Amino acid sequence: MAEIDSEHTLTVDRILAAHAGRLGPLLPVLHDVQNQLGWIPSEAIAQIALGLNLSRADVHGVVSFYHHFRTHPVGRHIVQVCRAEACQAWNCQATEAHAQKRLGVDYGGTSADGCFTLEAAYCLGNCAAGPSVMVDGKLYGRVTPQRLDTVLDDWSKR
Amino acid sequence: MAIRIYVSRDAAAQALGADETAAALLAAAGADIELVRVGSRGMVWLEPLVEVTDAAGQRIAYGPVMAEQVTELLGAGLLQAAAHPLRLGRVEDMPYFAKQERLTFARVGIIDPVSVDEYVAHGGYEGLKRALTLDGATIVQEVTDSGLRGRGGAAFPTGIKWKTVLQQQTAQKYVVCNADEGDSGTFSDRMLMEGDPLCLVEGMTIAGVAVGATQGFIYLRSEYPHAQVALEQAIAAARSRGYLGRDVCGSGKAFDLEVRMGAGAYICGEETSLLESLEGNRAEVRYRPPLPAIKGLFGQPTVINNVISLASVPVILQRGAAHYRDFGMGRSRGTLPIQLAGNLLHGGLVEKAFGVTLRELLYDFGGGSASGRPIRAVQVGGPLGAYIPESQFDTPLDYEAFTAIGALVGHGGIVAFDDTVDMAHMARYAMEFCAAESCGKCTPCRIGSTRGVELMDRIIDGKEGQGGIDQLTDLCETMQHGSLCGLGGMTPFPVMSAVKHFAADFARKR
Repeated sequence: MAEIDSEHTLTVDRILAAHAGRLGPLLPVLHDVQNQLGWIPSEAIAQIALGLNLSRADVHGVVSFYHHFRTHPVGRHIVQVCRAEACQAWNCQATEAHAQKRLGVDYGGTSADGCFTLEAAYCLGNCAAGPSVMVDGKLYGRVTPQRLDTVLDDWSKR
Repeated sequence: MAIRIYVSRDAAAQALGADETAAALLAAAGADIELVRVGSRGMVWLEPLVEVTDAAGQRIAYGPVMAEQVTELLGAGLLQAAAHPLRLGRVEDMPYFAKQERLTFARVGIIDPVSVDEYVAHGGYEGLKRALTLDGATIVQEVTDSGLRGRGGAAFPTGIKWKTVLQQQTAQKYVVCNADEGDSGTFSDRMLMEGDPLCLVEGMTIAGVAVGATQGFIYLRSEYPHAQVALEQAIAAARSRGYLGRDVCGSGKAFDLEVRMGAGAYICGEETSLLESLEGNRAEVRYRPPLPAIKGLFGQPTVINNVISLASVPVILQRGAAHYRDFGMGRSRGTLPIQLAGNLLHGGLVEKAFGVTLRELLYDFGGGSASGRPIRAVQVGGPLGAYIPESQFDTPLDYEAFTAIGALVGHGGIVAFDDTVDMAHMARYAMEFCAAESCGKCTPCRIGSTRGVELMDRIIDGKEGQGGIDQLTDLCETMQHGSLCGLGGMTPFPVMSAVKHFAADFARKR
C-alpha cells in the first residue's frame, strides 16, 4: 500500500457501505472517493471492484473514460478554464495562455508549489459573460488575464 | 417591516459578484432588509441585479450593483427605491424582458427557487393536480396535442415518446432527465434548475404519473455544482410536503427522484450513453433499436427528456395543450428559451415563441457585438451546430427553417463571433472537440475526428490546396453517414458550414 494508507482504506469502505444496495452505484462511489481523497488511487480501484463485485478492469475502464476522474494526486485547488466556443468568442485563448504561463504547467499539471492543478473545461454554462473560470466549484466570469491574477492571488492564500 | 430585497443565486450572477453584493447588503443594512436569493432574470450583463420592493409593492431593479457600490447606493436611498444612475425600474417594463413570452421561465428570477409555498403561490403544482385527475393516456394526449418537441435538440415529439413508454407492460419504468447540458453557448437548463427547480420536479412527476413510472433520475453534469444544490434542496422540500414519495399528493401514486452527477463527458448528452453512465458503465453509445422507451435504464421502459422539455410540461397541463400550441410557427410549437452567448453586448436568456429571427435576437435583444465590431458568424445549437453567416440572419428560429439552410436549432444556444474570428481555426476546434469527446465506439467518429484535426492543421499551414478541402469534404461525408450517433454524425456541420460560408479563411496565408 504505497499510495493509500489504512485511513483511506477505511474511507473507501465507508463510502461503499453508504451506497450498498443502490442501483448503478459506481459513479456515485467514484465521486465520493474523489471528493474525499482528492483523486482515485489504484488501490482504491481494486477495493471498489471487490466491494461492487466488478473486475478491476471494469472500474479502471470507467475511471479512465470520464475526464472528471483523476488517477494522480492534485494541488490544493482545481482551476478549470473553459475553452469552448462561447468563451473563445471572448478570447479565452489569452486567459488560457496566461494560466499556463503563470502556473508553469499544461492542462492536467500541478504548479510547482502544489497550490493549483490546471484543467480544461468544455463549457461551464456561463456563456454570456466569458471567459469563464472555475476554482474549486466557485465560478468566475469575464476572466481576463488581469482578473485571473486577482482570482489566483486570492486562492493561493487559502 | 423589513424591506424585501432580491439578489440572484444563479451561477452566472455569482460569477459576476452576486454573493459579495448580497453579503455587503446584509452587512450594511441587515436589520432593515429581508434578503431573498432568487434565480436570474436572464439579463446577464446587468448582474449582479438587485431588486427592491417599493412602497407600492413593486420590484424596482438596480444593476449591475457591485459590492463596493452598496454603501453609496444605500446612502442614495436604495431602500426607498430612489433615483440613481443604476436604477432600471421594473424589470417587466424593460424592453428586453417585456418583449419575451415566458411560459417555461415564468417564475425564474421571481420566486425563492426552493420554497414550495412561493412555487404554489405562482401557479406551481396546478399542472400536477390536474394530471392526477386524468388517466395516463389523457395526459400523454395533452402533451402530444401541445406540439412539444424535445428541447434537447433532437426535436422528437415528446408525447410520442411518452406514449411508447405508456404502452409497455412492465413492473418497473423510469423517468430520466437529461441535464447534461454540455453544448457551449447553452445555459437554459442550468438557469431553470437553479431558478425554478420545482418546475422540473413537477414535470418529471407528471411524466411518472402519466406513464406509470415510480422512480426518476436527474443526470446532472459535474460542471453544475450550483444546480446540484438547488435541485437537492427542491427535491427535499417537495418530499417533505408530500409532492414526492410513496403517495404523491394523496393520490396513492408513488414517485420519487434522485440527482446523479455526471463526470465530464460530453457524450452523455446523447441519451443512450447517458443511460450507460447512470448504470455505472463507460458512457458508450448504444445501438438502436431497441429505443430507450422500450428498453432503457436497466433494461426497463424509460422516458428520457431534456430539462426544458420536462419543465415545459407543468404549464401545458396547467393551461391546456391549446394555450401552448398557440405560440410558435409551422411545426415548431410553443416557446424556446434562447440563450444569447459569446460576443454580444446583452447576452442572456430570452424565451420567445418560435419564429423570431436570428437578426432580431442578435441586434434587438443582443444589442450587437460587445466588442463593437461587426458580427461575422454565429453558431447556433452548440458545438455540433452550423456556423451561420450574416446573409442568413433573417432565418426564423424554427426547426424546419434551420434544417432547410443546413443548420440546427438544437438546444437554442446562439454564440456570436465578431470579424476577428478565424473560421478555419473554429473548424479545427470542432474536430478537436469531437476527438476529445468521442466515446470511441464507432470508427468514423473516433478515427475520423483525429484525422480531421491533422488535416485541418495541414490546411491551416497552407500545405494543402483544393485537394485538402476535397479530402475534408470526403471525411465529413464519412463521419456524417457512418457514425453511430450525433457526435461524429454532426461534427461535419460546423466544419462544412465554415468551409462553405467562409472559404477565404481556409485559403488564407497565415
